[in-house]
Amino acid sequence: MIKLENIEATYTTVRGRVKAVEGVSLEIPYSIILGIAGESGCGKTTLMKVIYGDTGFPLELTKGSVDYGFENDRGQPVTSRNIQREWFRNISYVPQSSMSSLNPVTRIRDQFTDFPATYGRKREVLESVREYVQELGLPPESIDAYPHQLSGGMQQRIMVALATFFHPQIILADEPTTALDVVVQKDILILLMRLQRMMRNTIIFVSHDMGVHYQITHKMMIMYAAKTVEYANTDDIFKNPLHPYTLMLTSSLPTIGDERARTGLPGRPPSLWDPPQGCRFAMRCPLATAHCHEVEPQLLEHLPGRFSACHRVDAIPELAAKVWRGPKLSELANDQDKLIAQVESALRADETEGAAAAAALKEEVE
Amino acid sequence: MDTILETEGLNKEFVLGGFPRSIKIQALNNVNISVTSQKPVIISVVGESGSGKTTLAKVILRLLQPTSGRVIVSNQLVAGKGAKPDKTEFLRTVQPIFQNPFSAFNRYRTIDMYLYETATRVLKLDQAEAVRAIEEALAAVGLEYKDVRGKYPNQFSGGELQRASVARALIPHPNLIIADEPVSMIDASRRMIIINLFLALKQEYKTSFLYITHDLATAYYISDYIAVLNHGKLVEFGEGKRVLQSPQHEYTKLLLASIPSLNKKWTEDLDWNAPIGATAESLA
Repeated sequence: MIKLENIEATYTTVRGRVKAVEGVSLEIPYSIILGIAGESGCGKTTLMKVIYGDTGFPLELTKGSVDYGFENDRGQPVTSRNIQREWFRNISYVPQSSMSSLNPVTRIRDQFTDFPATYGRKREVLESVREYVQELGLPPESIDAYPHQLSGGMQQRIMVALATFFHPQIILADEPTTALDVVVQKDILILLMRLQRMMRNTIIFVSHDMGVHYQITHKMMIMYAAKTVEYANTDDIFKNPLHPYTLMLTSSLPTIGDERARTGLPGRPPSLWDPPQGCRFAMRCPLATAHCHEVEPQLLEHLPGRFSACHRVDAIPELAAKVWRGPKLSELANDQDKLIAQVESALRADETEGAAAAAALKEEVE
Repeated sequence: MDTILETEGLNKEFVLGGFPRSIKIQALNNVNISVTSQKPVIISVVGESGSGKTTLAKVILRLLQPTSGRVIVSNQLVAGKGAKPDKTEFLRTVQPIFQNPFSAFNRYRTIDMYLYETATRVLKLDQAEAVRAIEEALAAVGLEYKDVRGKYPNQFSGGELQRASVARALIPHPNLIIADEPVSMIDASRRMIIINLFLALKQEYKTSFLYITHDLATAYYISDYIAVLNHGKLVEFGEGKRVLQSPQHEYTKLLLASIPSLNKKWTEDLDWNAPIGATAESLA
């Protein structure tokens, strides 16, 4: 079991220090695919960096630690202090864009053997690389190519091969398919699922696409403004969420065959420079009360195995029913005034926090 | 009945490399789309990268010359042999919205300059009229002129900037707006705000949209017609709901089966005993 204890990760910038991940505590069982979802800027990638142990300036792990639950060669427990020694052997990383992660001026095979352990037995290693690459559905000659000679999907397969060659315990995948077309995406995702099932390792998977999460993950964690808001099994996340943000996230995008009108989730997360007191989602939450704006909810186990940080968990089924019973698009499209009124209110709601966020962005750019 | 958009045998060939070893790439291969309607419509063009979606947009926008074939927008020949539309007249008919608003606008110019120039140069309005037209267009996308005036692109969020570029396209009240992947740079949870805005504008401004996207779900949500492109060929064209609910062509079926949807899990009919690399449909 991987234990995250009260993780707090801070970026140091010209303007000061900002907490990109705050107070995340989590127990991840082995041999599952864990999905992490949330809007951009919610701290998904930062949390991945912390788990990978890639915390160099400007990122810093200011509080808490990660206990990976296994021991290294010297018999010491592996924690966030010594995880870097386990890179690629026990923990590996599939980055977002393979196109910019593979070295463009060396052949793929040299990138497989580019570490001291292969010294003197490169031929042997290459032979097994060739076999392994073939197993993943690539022609064995593809490792003799330069990255630009391969298509995007092949390059991403090579990245998956690099990350899984040593059968690591933990694989971190940060949006591994966002740059790919849907057909290739499905292939890569199924490849990852098959590998996970064969090796029985843990994959931590970051994506903003809720459909991908539904397809491949077993458990999910939803993040909002640097905090965990919900952690549960994927089926529960989609069928009966225990946090209004999760509900909004899963119901905001259209699906084929579903005729309901979608409104999206207007507004934006609060600025992390000046996080509000109380619940961070309260400003955009349809269930928020005065209590929500004052007291910050803790991540509690409301039902067995289902954690949520919300004061109004009891009111969520009612909200869900309302959301899922919403008007059909065809009805809305016929009623011109209603459609325009709804779009206008969504646009207006999107303005809130807009000024503050724009000012923050401006200062960052300067 | 008005012809909203018609492409007739549209071909576009790119030649790569020098004379002896040059390669021809057929970016558009005999594309025939024809939409006639009384009411404004939203036409989606879907396909993977390299399918010719953006080339089609560029040909309709007269940014590229087609190799052969012609394009008619609002009963007016705009591209192909013998097409010589008046430039300002053309820009009153067709307007673009681009994918990445941060690179569509020059970062050293204010946003209202773009709006103002569209109003004065395309519509030939004087200063006071131009400001009125800008205010009206901005109001339609939920922005106010006083919040936009004098601001540079980096002072907006992606969503706001994309709305400002929609407002710019609306100023001449065009018959057709060509939106090339307008929401792919916007956060998934806020994407629907722009999509719903297109629906409202279709009714309020009587503007048709050519919505170019790789996201079939949003295409299903807003389109009246869908065109599926694959390697420059039009593989399926028809009414939006029909194309995606009962696809005829194999390629459309493949695309639909590859979407990570919330309806059915892939694992249900996945053969776990098959070899690990067995699913290489994309490599075929």
